[in-house]
Amino acid sequence: MPADIKGLGDLPQQEKERLRQTGLEEDMTKRAGSYFQINQEVIQAGSQAEGIEVLPISEALEKYDELKEYYWKAVPKEKDKYTAYVARQKEPRGVFIRAREGAKTVLPLQACLYLAAERVQHVHNIIIAEKGAEVHLISGCASATHNVAGAHIGVTEFYVGEGAKITSTMIHSWGAKISVFPRSAAFIEKGGTFLSNYVCLQPVKKIEMYPTAFLRGEGAMARFSSIVMALPASTFDIGSRAILGEKGSSAELITRAITRGGNVISRGHVVGASDGTKGHIECRGLILGDGLIHAIPEIEGKVMGTELSHEAAVGKIAREEIEYLMARGLTEEESTATIIRGFLDVKIQGLPDVLQKQIDAAIDAAEKGF
Amino acid sequence: MLEIEDLHVEVGNKEILHDINLRIEKGETHVLMGPNGSGKSTLLMAIMGFSGPRVTKGLIVFKGKDITDMPVNERAKMGIGIMFQRPPTIAGLKLGKLLNVVKRGNDQTIEDYAKSLNMEALLNRDINRGFSGGEIKRSEVLQLIVQKPDFMLLDEPESGVDLENMALMGRSIAHLLEKDRHLVHREKGGLIITHTGYILDYLDADGGHVLIDGEIRCHGNPREILKVVKRSGYRECLKCPQI
Ligand SMILES: Nc1ncnc2c1ncn2[C@@H]1O[C@H](COP(=O)(O)OP(=O)(O)OP(=O)(O)O)[C@@H](O)[C@H]1O
Ligand SMILES: [Mg+2]
Repeated sequence: MPADIKGLGDLPQQEKERLRQTGLEEDMTKRAGSYFQINQEVIQAGSQAEGIEVLPISEALEKYDELKEYYWKAVPKEKDKYTAYVARQKEPRGVFIRAREGAKTVLPLQACLYLAAERVQHVHNIIIAEKGAEVHLISGCASATHNVAGAHIGVTEFYVGEGAKITSTMIHSWGAKISVFPRSAAFIEKGGTFLSNYVCLQPVKKIEMYPTAFLRGEGAMARFSSIVMALPASTFDIGSRAILGEKGSSAELITRAITRGGNVISRGHVVGASDGTKGHIECRGLILGDGLIHAIPEIEGKVMGTELSHEAAVGKIAREEIEYLMARGLTEEESTATIIRGFLDVKIQGLPDVLQKQIDAAIDAAEKGF
Repeated sequence: MLEIEDLHVEVGNKEILHDINLRIEKGETHVLMGPNGSGKSTLLMAIMGFSGPRVTKGLIVFKGKDITDMPVNERAKMGIGIMFQRPPTIAGLKLGKLLNVVKRGNDQTIEDYAKSLNMEALLNRDINRGFSGGEIKRSEVLQLIVQKPDFMLLDEPESGVDLENMALMGRSIAHLLEKDRHLVHREKGGLIITHTGYILDYLDADGGHVLIDGEIRCHGNPREILKVVKRSGYRECLKCPQI
């Protein structure tokens, strides 16, 4: 990557287009703050929003001693070899975002992690919303169009304070030779809300992740929504977990998975460990090629006052639905594409419009291939 | 416009329709009656070309062309439209979006069409998801209004529709069938399944048929058939092939 790249705008046209599909915006007036990392190099970090900081994690570690209280607290260092790899790094990379008490952004913050050269990209991100604060983060992760092999290992720790809200929307656009190992967890305090959305409809070699939300305060809420499409030779082993540890906390884990020849393992685990808690897992899969969709929902009730349920359905598109649309004059291909589009259309409650639009756009971009 | 000759249809591995013969001329609307389970919906679905019912023998000819083996969408292109008795729900597909796709070139907005059937509130809903019985019927008619077929297969348009909406639907269907045009100019036609005959309050039908156990057992004037069935039940139709 040439040294004169100062931001998204300096990238070649084709690469910009790719990043735009992951929801990243060149025009900073549409974003409250931004973090941009190519390989291991931090290109840009900053925030225009009042009460919200965006810093490279290395700088934040030097500046704020209290960061120790957050660093490797939600995700344990020794969790697996990937977390251990990130923990070993002498020069940590990643973004630190903190919204101070009561600070809110209307515009989303964006983080862009771009893998251009043949090697491992590692990041460690800390996202904090203090009491009553509200943060919307969109992270686009992509690799350069030229076909590099590589791995991306990302640790992200979210801290949702009392009555605070974090929405994290991650849109991936990797290459067929890239493997991706996100390792994230969220601590959600009393009355806090954590919405995590994940979209990947482009080729990738392998994605493996299983983020956990720890609901640690009364009435805390978490929702994970994942929309993935496994093309041939892609493997997704994705899941999400919620530990309903305090009274009245709740979680919803929603997945829409399509295979066109690749493999999808969709895991989900909700633990109801306190009274008045509610958890639901919903996984729907469409098999459109010789691929595999394996749904493994687990619900674990530990007290009487918890209410947990799951719902999983995997299959092909119903012939009856295709013919219904054909009877209105659509061709078989148009009917199929229309049904797939609808299948992926998970409207996420509480998500700002701009972010929902980005998700819709990612699906639209993939629609040509349905 | 539509000719059916010696048609045999299986569902699963069971023959449901035996030796059906039917002829509907351009500009004509016929009604189809018969007991529950006699095969009426199956016949409509076979005419539309769905893969559930399988034609094992016979011919379906539309506008002079043999369409027996034609895909569903090509039949739609040729001008056949259907109102389903029990349409499927399609998750994530908004009624409004489908209508926009079906509309293709035409200028009138979907909202205008929807208003005419009191349906604006449903445009933003997933198609058929949680629609009430009457809403399903109106949504089906709305789709036909936008599609503008030449020949309509209507499966029980009146069942589940309240009186007020029935008037709205009846008038819309009559308009679709060009009942407001003079006989000689009328080009559109249809085949309507009805149990009650209420639809006949809004449009005149040119012929009636009674299907019993997969066979058409009598032809005649629709109002006469209705009268006989009301009085003495379908048994009476068996006695008399022509009412
Ligand atoms: N998939 C199927 N498998 C087995 N039998 C079927 C299937 N589909 C339809 N049938 C049977 O075919 C027969 C005809 O059904 P059809 O729906 O055409 O009846 P209908 O005349 O429209 O009845 P209704 O007035 O109740 O709507 C019924 O006995 C029905 O149970
Ligand atoms: Mg029927």
